[in-house]
Amino acid sequence: MAMEIRYSNVSADYQLGPIRTKNVLDDVNLFVKPSSFTAIVGQTGAGKSSLLKVMNGLIRPKQGEVKIGKYSVSSNNDPTSLKEVRKRIGMVFQFPESQLFAETVEKDICFGPLNFGVGLSEAKEMAKTAIYQVGLDASFLPKSPFSLSGGQKRRVAIAGILAMKPDILILDEPGAGLDPTGKQEILSLIASWNKNNKLTTLMVTHEMDDVAKFAEDVIVMEKGKIIFHDDVRTFFADLNQIQSWNLDIPEARRFQLLIEEKTGVSLPKICLTVEELADCLIEVGLA
Amino acid sequence: MVLDSTNPIIEVKDVSFRYDLRNSAETLSSINFSVQKGEWVAIIGNNGSGKSTLAGILLGLYKPQFGSVTIAGYELNEETKWEIRKRMGIVFQNPDNQFIGSTVEDDVAFGLENLNMPYEQMKMRVYEALHMVDMYDYRHADPTRLSGGQKQRVAIAGLLALQPEILLLDEAFVMLDPKSRKDLLKTLQKLKSRHQLTIISITHDMNEAASSDRIIVLKNGTISSIGTPKEVFSKELDFEAPFTEKLRRILQMKGRNVPNTYMSEEEMVEWLWK
Repeated sequence: MAMEIRYSNVSADYQLGPIRTKNVLDDVNLFVKPSSFTAIVGQTGAGKSSLLKVMNGLIRPKQGEVKIGKYSVSSNNDPTSLKEVRKRIGMVFQFPESQLFAETVEKDICFGPLNFGVGLSEAKEMAKTAIYQVGLDASFLPKSPFSLSGGQKRRVAIAGILAMKPDILILDEPGAGLDPTGKQEILSLIASWNKNNKLTTLMVTHEMDDVAKFAEDVIVMEKGKIIFHDDVRTFFADLNQIQSWNLDIPEARRFQLLIEEKTGVSLPKICLTVEELADCLIEVGLA
Repeated sequence: MVLDSTNPIIEVKDVSFRYDLRNSAETLSSINFSVQKGEWVAIIGNNGSGKSTLAGILLGLYKPQFGSVTIAGYELNEETKWEIRKRMGIVFQNPDNQFIGSTVEDDVAFGLENLNMPYEQMKMRVYEALHMVDMYDYRHADPTRLSGGQKQRVAIAGLLALQPEILLLDEAFVMLDPKSRKDLLKTLQKLKSRHQLTIISITHDMNEAASSDRIIVLKNGTISSIGTPKEVFSKELDFEAPFTEKLRRILQMKGRNVPNTYMSEEEMVEWLWK
């Protein structure tokens, strides 16, 4: 079931005992459409990861409330009620492969479902489905997760999340550290789950090319606040604004601007991918 | 031994390595290359091609079964590895693997404390290093509670404070936002030209690799090509190419009359302009 996500006036910090730190989220209001694919961008330390962590109660808001479907996360709800929310939200952390721990891939993937009260045989079924979903096959199930390559480990870690059949998938830099091919594969898989299973997806990334290629909507964060939230074309249209946020533009767009500046020829539209740029160059007769 | 300026600062001769001697497959086999002082060499290759293993060998973390490694005039072995590590530092991919201090400045100072550096000098070095990565404002923060990219910058500062002759970056920029990445690359370029810093960067970012002096391509544990970015990208067709090369290949596929070799951005614009 697709669920909508709504943040109302959410503030949060990393409280450590009595010591309060600066707000990592500062009065955030946000509405995420069910089944959408949203990229979250911003400088390091802007609060991107924190925005995701608040959603499943890993950081409790100091003020305000996050509504996920009928569930709610706020400072005064009972921590045990968070279990229901966490069942619905699959969270993939930075370097998720560091969470692998079991002797076999199968046990690792089953761990989540078993903890949420699923029977063993059903959990094994779920593991089998999940391993195919991440582009691996059943021959990996009896292997030790530690014998796999970096890209395979990451897929197993993500399979562990998918096995819980979440309604919302949140990913914190899922491509970091993978080779370009491995990265494109993982991101294409994520995009296909979003499309085929209507899985609401939020992804933190620094790669504007990936934003251009996969996301529908973009959230820009700065110093704990959301300063932009709109669709991806609108986001990339205003170059000055993007530069004022110290963000990058996709390679294709950057190169387009360089060509336009040097040749004085302006291309018919804003190009976000290399294919679009090639077509435009041919159209205006430059190539 | 006196380091002759014509001698390479790093020389790897016929190195082979496998993690498990029971395995017949070698993680690295017959690796040969050398790096000159002040050179920036990028090592690229897919996951599992042996890049990080090679970094481990250069640091003396793994001992190759065959071959020799000579760094700054020392042949790498158990006796010389400490001498070499004074001159060479590494930043790993995941910065969580290398935090020790309870505050950012303690962490950056850790390496210097180990060298018994006088307090005043140490303070200066920490100050400079934190400014270089733009993390000075966070000097009293707990490094484990910073964001991913901030952690990575602190890890890099810890290394810059040591003022090494050779900098080994094992995908050290993956979690940085594009602006911090560009700023850091610029800082490193400056250090390279000013202090003849030698940089070896293991990377998946082809645009970063394109700005290096030379590229080494690893495939299944062997060097499949080595040369300037231009030479390498024209030859290695099954690789994720830098942007201009992708564009060139698409235009070629669409039947356009483009030159047959890799072009840098300037050359590409020049050609489009013709």
